Amino acid sequence: MTLKKIVLYSLFLGAIAMVIHACQSASEIELAKYHSNGKDIYKTKCQNCHGENGEGLGELTPPLTDTIFLQQNKQKLACYIKNGVNEPMEINGKIYHEKMAGFKDMHDIDIAQVIVYITNSFENKQGMYTYEQVANDLKNCK
Amino acid sequence: MKKIVRYTLVASLIALGTSCKQEKKLPIYGDREAKIIKDASGNEKIDTIYKTIPNFKFLNQDSIEITQNTFKNKVYVADFFFTSCSTICPTMHRHMKTIYEKFKSNPEVMFLSHTIDFKYDKPSVLKKYAQKLGVDVPQWQFVWGNKEEVYKIAEKDYLVAVQEDNTATDGYIHQGWLVLIDKHKRIRGAYDGTKPEEVEKLKNDISILLAEKE
Repeated sequence: MTLKKIVLYSLFLGAIAMVIHACQSASEIELAKYHSNGKDIYKTKCQNCHGENGEGLGELTPPLTDTIFLQQNKQKLACYIKNGVNEPMEINGKIYHEKMAGFKDMHDIDIAQVIVYITNSFENKQGMYTYEQVANDLKNCK
Repeated sequence: MKKIVRYTLVASLIALGTSCKQEKKLPIYGDREAKIIKDASGNEKIDTIYKTIPNFKFLNQDSIEITQNTFKNKVYVADFFFTSCSTICPTMHRHMKTIYEKFKSNPEVMFLSHTIDFKYDKPSVLKKYAQKLGVDVPQWQFVWGNKEEVYKIAEKDYLVAVQEDNTATDGYIHQGWLVLIDKHKRIRGAYDGTKPEEVEKLKNDISILLAEKE
């Protein structure tokens, strides 16, 4: 291998690495943006019942700390928020059955942001969830 | 010798400092009037009549009628809420629960939550709510009364604004005051139950009130 080839290869690989790196940080920035907007929405719309740390309130409001529940029901979260809930749920091994009012006026982007906040806070770490996914999940609400 | 003088000086200053410390007292709220009374020896004196919470009759979460007697010789915290309220009430009761946790072993402290949803929040609903909040205990009374009585005592006596409003999120609007009442049924403080710092002040003031000499 000539020196010229080595230089070319390393330049090429370096360029690829830079592109990947740039992409990654762009998506990280997007996630951070969703997360911080989601936090503001959480504070005004969710925190009074679900608590500052997602701890819930007695048996009146379930906590948001059941990472497995949130993972398994990820596709339903948008429906819960938009349309409300009135069915029993098992969370952290306990049954909760209280009515939650829906937030009909929330836009897909707001729902996406608050879901990103919830599913990446309180011990959850699920990563990104876009407003396109919200639109899709809302089509399948029961 | 010099040392001894200095020590005595410091010690006497400390003694002076502590003896001058005045006992902290909470203000007494509400209208008051002056009344001329005669003492035992017939001399006329002016006495101040403070506003007090009048007698009441409400049904609690066990459908038992409770009156002022339930709160005789108690310091209590009163508030107005309703079970289907999704705005300020959960925050108020989350905070009130921390006050309850702090004073639950003190039989001199009680809690009185009035529902303003006279249509729906019947005693059985209040019972379920209290259980689910985790405070279904005699120390914390949840009470139901008809609209006239509850709204009147809220506005005229506890000085908390409440009203029915079809345009509001849950059908009612009300203020989130936690009102502190002393053993003589007088208002000694009102704290915004949605603000953590005011709730901390209330906890502190309950201790001050309990330590007050009659």
